[in-house]
Amino acid sequence: MSVKLTTRQVGDVTVIDAVGRITLGEGASTFRDTIRSLASNGHKKMLLNLAEVSYIDSSGIGEMVSGFTTVANQGGTVKLLNLTKRVKDLLQITKLYTVFEVFEDEAAAVRSFA
Amino acid sequence: MARAGLAGRVITMADEQGAEARTVEQLLGSTLESVDSAEETVLREAQELGFDEDDLHKIGMSVRECMVNAVVHGNRYNARKKVRLTVSRAADRLIVVIADEGEGFDFNALPDPLANENLLRHSGRGLLLIQAFMDEFQIRAREPKGTEVKMVKYMAKSS
Repeated sequence: MSVKLTTRQVGDVTVIDAVGRITLGEGASTFRDTIRSLASNGHKKMLLNLAEVSYIDSSGIGEMVSGFTTVANQGGTVKLLNLTKRVKDLLQITKLYTVFEVFEDEAAAVRSFA
Repeated sequence: MARAGLAGRVITMADEQGAEARTVEQLLGSTLESVDSAEETVLREAQELGFDEDDLHKIGMSVRECMVNAVVHGNRYNARKKVRLTVSRAADRLIVVIADEGEGFDFNALPDPLANENLLRHSGRGLLLIQAFMDEFQIRAREPKGTEVKMVKYMAKSS
């Protein structure tokens, strides 16, 4: 199974609920296309909910970083919500904890964009 | 005892202590399907050895990262080039060797993915993850060409 992404609006924040695997191939390209499409449609405040993401490989991490820079270059921000232990470990190993703001509570995450 | 089959070769023999050691060899095509196939083969051996779920995840991910490097960066999807997978299991460890037939590269010249100026690079984290997840990691150039990666995971060091 690759990744399924569903978006919803909470105020002016776009929450992206991800389910599945973000890995080389379909998963990573679906992720890339969705973030680029949202950015080009003017969405600047994005909250990526990774609670149901079981697996991210280095290609998936690469797409998350590229998504972050794409949105940042257009004056927006991508923040992360509900990381599993495995994804937390990945962000620690790759030092990306210093790049992404990470939240465990959706309401607090949404408020942080204000 | 040695068995040969379409999927490759399985060699089973006793080591000096009498414990059974088993080696599986496969010659894989330079496709992304080979990445899945290699992961399945290695995880089957690791599961039979008794690694826990967390270690199976780390082993599986390391094999995927290494296979992607071999297929994409090493053999560059060239249908005439193969990736050789060797999985050996002893009582206390799993040894995985993945060798491609690519042009090779200077491991020491790779950019450090943890340097601040490289944190936002799209790629370059695969080997970092393998080194974090496996207990031993060696990379060497093959003759006449290609790259070979050896990864070891110990049962006793399982966390």
